[in-house]
Amino acid sequence: MFSFGSKQSDSQGASQAPQPAVLFKTAVRIRSRAANNATEGIPWIWVCAGALVTILLLIAGLFGVILSQGLSALWPHQVIKIQSENALVLGIPMRQEEGTDPNTNVKQMRRLVYQANRDFGVNEFAFVPVERLVESERPKDVWFVERREWGPFLGRIQTSDSNGVATDVDSKTLSAMLVGGAERSKQLLHIEKGALADLNATMEDLRLEKKSIERQLEAGAIPDDEATAKSSNVESQLARVSKDHAALSTQVQELRSVDEAIKITLLADNGQTKTLPVSQILRVFQPNSLSWIERLGIFFSRLWGFVSEEPREANTEGGVFPALFGTVAMTIIMTVFVLPVGVMTAVYMREIAKQGVLVSLVRIAVNNLAGVPSIVYGVFGVGFFCYTVGASIDQLFFQEKLPNPTFGTGGILWASLTLALLTVPVVIVSTEEALSAVPRSLREASYGCGATRMQTLWNIVLPKALPGVMTGLILAMARAVGEVAPLLMTGVVKLAPALPVDSHFPFVHLERSFMHLGFHIYDLGFQSRSTELSRPMVFASTSLLVAVVLSLNFIAIKIRSQLRKRFEGRGAF
Amino acid sequence: MLNPADLPSTFVHPESCSGPAQISIQNFNLWYGKSQALHSINLPILQHEITSFIGPSGCGKSTLLRAINRLNDLIDNVTVDGDIRVGERSVYERHLDVTSLRKRIGMVFQKSNPFPMSIYENVCYPLRISGITSRATLDEAVETSLRSSALWDEVKDRLKRSALDLSGGQQQRLCIARAIAGNPEVLLMDEPCSALDPISTAKIEELILEMKGRFTVVIVTHSMAQASRVSDHTAFFYLGRLIEAGPTKRLFENAHSKATQDYISGRFG
Ligand SMILES: Nc1ncnc2c1ncn2[C@@H]1O[C@H](COP(=O)(O)OP(=O)(O)OP(=O)(O)O)[C@@H](O)[C@H]1O
Ligand SMILES: [Mg+2]
Repeated sequence: MFSFGSKQSDSQGASQAPQPAVLFKTAVRIRSRAANNATEGIPWIWVCAGALVTILLLIAGLFGVILSQGLSALWPHQVIKIQSENALVLGIPMRQEEGTDPNTNVKQMRRLVYQANRDFGVNEFAFVPVERLVESERPKDVWFVERREWGPFLGRIQTSDSNGVATDVDSKTLSAMLVGGAERSKQLLHIEKGALADLNATMEDLRLEKKSIERQLEAGAIPDDEATAKSSNVESQLARVSKDHAALSTQVQELRSVDEAIKITLLADNGQTKTLPVSQILRVFQPNSLSWIERLGIFFSRLWGFVSEEPREANTEGGVFPALFGTVAMTIIMTVFVLPVGVMTAVYMREIAKQGVLVSLVRIAVNNLAGVPSIVYGVFGVGFFCYTVGASIDQLFFQEKLPNPTFGTGGILWASLTLALLTVPVVIVSTEEALSAVPRSLREASYGCGATRMQTLWNIVLPKALPGVMTGLILAMARAVGEVAPLLMTGVVKLAPALPVDSHFPFVHLERSFMHLGFHIYDLGFQSRSTELSRPMVFASTSLLVAVVLSLNFIAIKIRSQLRKRFEGRGAF
Repeated sequence: MLNPADLPSTFVHPESCSGPAQISIQNFNLWYGKSQALHSINLPILQHEITSFIGPSGCGKSTLLRAINRLNDLIDNVTVDGDIRVGERSVYERHLDVTSLRKRIGMVFQKSNPFPMSIYENVCYPLRISGITSRATLDEAVETSLRSSALWDEVKDRLKRSALDLSGGQQQRLCIARAIAGNPEVLLMDEPCSALDPISTAKIEELILEMKGRFTVVIVTHSMAQASRVSDHTAFFYLGRLIEAGPTKRLFENAHSKATQDYISGRFG
């Protein structure tokens, strides 16, 4: 699946291979002409510059491949006709390659074609010999339909009147219908995720309370009559809430049946049809009659959908918002832990502890921790945080929910802590360096004013070391965002039922499992039904991950340069 | 050049012992690890007068200065013997609160070392660490110290700007302002002008002269001219020993010991 990417970067590598050699030759010529001491070392300068250029080109190539593939997945491509066995079918041509025909064993140029219509008995992806592609035929009236289920559809859209006579729908009516459908879906979603979810949560709480009363009664912590009174109170509340819940459920049911009555028919090229509720359709457009502006509009709306929507169809479609959110949230939580712990450790080692053998040993140990494979941290995280700390927390505070674990299983908190552990050496090392780089004269000035060690540390040394600390933090964040292995064990999931932050008390649910872009990519690439199907999402998600890393770094670098400016003069306080 | 063995014993002119001594250094020895940097120094430093320390490089002037406010404590392996008294109390008393001692002693260093903060915060740092938060007190202290260090007019419109934007001479005057902001009794200056141009130097010398009568000033200098211009008393050190101390005029015109005469007249150093 990833061979595609590496092939591209290979060609990148090949294209600049001659460059250093050329540079070197020029350098040699310069040297032999001048032939004096002043030019000594010039070849080395060229070699080093060549190495730099190579690296830069490789990086540019890497980003170029990922970004172009990722963005192309969102672009509304044109549809052409393909000569199938007996008919012309619709398809979107994709990459071209040389292959052997399985029947005739003849080498041929062939092209991958995306034909959509998974539920119409069509192979979504097919390799077609290039001569069978009919590029010239681009039917203007073909619709590209993005649906909630079964993937996209290519073909015609019809409505049937009361007599059951089907007619092609015109775009005006269609868009009106779609708006109505979207409205109804939104309404349903609002009830389900809002009021209904609230009622569910309340019912769950009441059930737990009931269990807790029973437990207390068993333990003899409360007298019989009090327990009876309490449970009957809970029972009555539960009954009331259940009634509300039932009423709301009926309302949802009604809305849904209204919604499902408004239908539309999709007619594929192969003559098969499918009738489905309008609200199942998310977006339609006619890919062959779009202007550039419209195409761009669709591209950006898809881009926005990609970052802001939830995934559909086993993550191969829809957006990656929960994964994006999980990645950023996890990184932030990790930062919250790693920064104070790392800085305090470094301060103790550099400023407070007496420098000696013990401190040197600790320093060596910390440096070595940075080299421990990340999966080891994952194992430790699950063993220590989830099964030891988490299980104890459950025993103490969430006994009602047992045997279902609350903190005693993977969750965003444990994943963040594991990553904090993984990255803390980086922060310690760079903080120590920054601390030792604080000039002695500044410390002496502070002590000379009569400051205590803590005052000097807090007012002078730490602020001065802050840019260096930020550097450590940037490195730590960059490493943490990209780590997947430890997360596999400590709480990342393919599809999280809810975000770690929502509108239910206490709003932040650190015990919840979460989605993560890195894992999302891995999952799409290796665990999904079809690699062809998930490839666009893999590249798009990778681009997003790169963008997240870059923007987190960008923010941190901005803060650091702000701090630097402040400590090197210029600017006000 | 003199060998350590041929060094004359310390000679302190009686005029330099005649007033009330703010600092008295008594039989003071100091070692960096195993090597002795100061040998039995005995020297009174008179209150509210200006004393300069002179002597060739490496003779222990800075070491002695830093012994007075115990800044040498920051260096590992320093051992001392003998005593230094500031006012009535011994600096090396067992349970002495070093920070409160240092609050009584301002210090200006050879290289200006303003904090990476605003001008205002730099000057009021000694007050802030003493726990003073009253805006009015701070404002007043900042203004008086900046006026005393002849910096007020130059920076009064940019107090909130970084101290690092100031010129070298301004930075050094800022450090003087910071040193006197806490209203100390003693001001120690370790070659405060060695990194400055002649005009800045003249300004700072003027400041030092103005401080006479308010602070007890000890200044280390390599410039004979400066010592003779600003100081009332001069102490000449050589190879970790105090050779001669006395009124500046006496020392420069008619020194007791040959070594002092030679150094002052520039025959060695
Ligand atoms: N931290 C230190 N550790 C060990 N030896 C030191 C240390 N600081 C100074 N010395 C030694 O102590 C002696 C006196 O040094 P000091 O800095 O007091 O000289 P100084 O008179 O101030 O010289 P200068 O005029 O060059 O500043 C020197 O021989 C120096 O090498
Ligand atoms: Mg010195």
